Amino acid sequence: MTASNTPRQQVLVLYLDTSALDSRVVGWARYDGTGTTRPTTGDSDEPPYETGVAALEDGWRLFQAAQLIPPYPGTEHGTSFLKHEFFFEKLVGVG
Amino acid sequence: MARFVAHGFLRLDGIVPREMNEEAFGVFAAGLPVVPYGTPVPEAFPEGSFARRLVELPVVAGALESLVGPGPTVDHHFVHTREPREGSAQPLHADAIVDLRPDAFDVQLMYYPQEVTAEMGGTLIVPGSHLRRTNESDTGRYQNLRGQTRLTCPAGTVVLVHHGIWHGGRRNDSDTVRHMYKIRFNPTVPQVRLWDTADLDAPAVREELGRGFPWYEQATGRLEMYNRVQLWRSLSGDDAFDIGYWATRITNRPAQRSHA
Repeated sequence: MTASNTPRQQVLVLYLDTSALDSRVVGWARYDGTGTTRPTTGDSDEPPYETGVAALEDGWRLFQAAQLIPPYPGTEHGTSFLKHEFFFEKLVGVG
Repeated sequence: MARFVAHGFLRLDGIVPREMNEEAFGVFAAGLPVVPYGTPVPEAFPEGSFARRLVELPVVAGALESLVGPGPTVDHHFVHTREPREGSAQPLHADAIVDLRPDAFDVQLMYYPQEVTAEMGGTLIVPGSHLRRTNESDTGRYQNLRGQTRLTCPAGTVVLVHHGIWHGGRRNDSDTVRHMYKIRFNPTVPQVRLWDTADLDAPAVREELGRGFPWYEQATGRLEMYNRVQLWRSLSGDDAFDIGYWATRITNRPAQRSHA
């Protein structure tokens, strides 16, 4: 198999309401290894799926989930990044 | 003020007169004068200059005085330009660096001299993101969040944002150059009761301060309320203020009785 016909990875990142994969999507991002689309910041107001499980049902494969990490002492009330981040992929044939 | 504390920004649609909007393009093309960091407004923007007239529009001046008080200094100013069909957007970011001040904030004025359509890729703003402690574009991975604001506005619109707001210039898919003139203001007085506080105890104030946003995670959304309470206590000078019982409950530590 040459690089030209190696399956390409499409990546979907979903940010969920809780650490449960079947909770509501609150944020999302997409990256397309096929080069056919160029998703970017602020390009849609509606999420592609309502929950993480809905993405699984549509064929996306989960390959990373955010760990549950206790806050550092003294920062328990601080807010920062979104906590419940899930990475999904699809492999797409080309050529 | 409660709306600003909850949302992290204040939007003033079409408040700059048409003649000034038309004049703005020439001012931007000529280049802005260099303003050293921390220059008082009257020195930064001489009497009669475009920027001076902009910040002295009554509605702008009133909002700025309510937010940062009298005599603010100009941190910096800059014209952001998004070229036609440039193909990319700015990553979601907060300006400067992570800012830990619990009792002070800077305000950034964003001025749009022309109508901004959806195709022109107006500024993306994430309501309620200003109290998150993140550093500049480390949030760049987040492309879209529920409840985000993709700004479209009439010419002459001014948006005043808290320094911590997550935002970014969206991709310009139109054939028109888009301009946004930004001025960052630093307060020089304590930001305590600088606005008209006649309705401080109105139910609408508490209701606004308790507002949630669709992108907040269930648990972290509660921490947002807690942090908003801390900011409001600082701004209002009311150390007992609370939304619901979030801050009061977890600071209740009855003194231990003596059994001697």
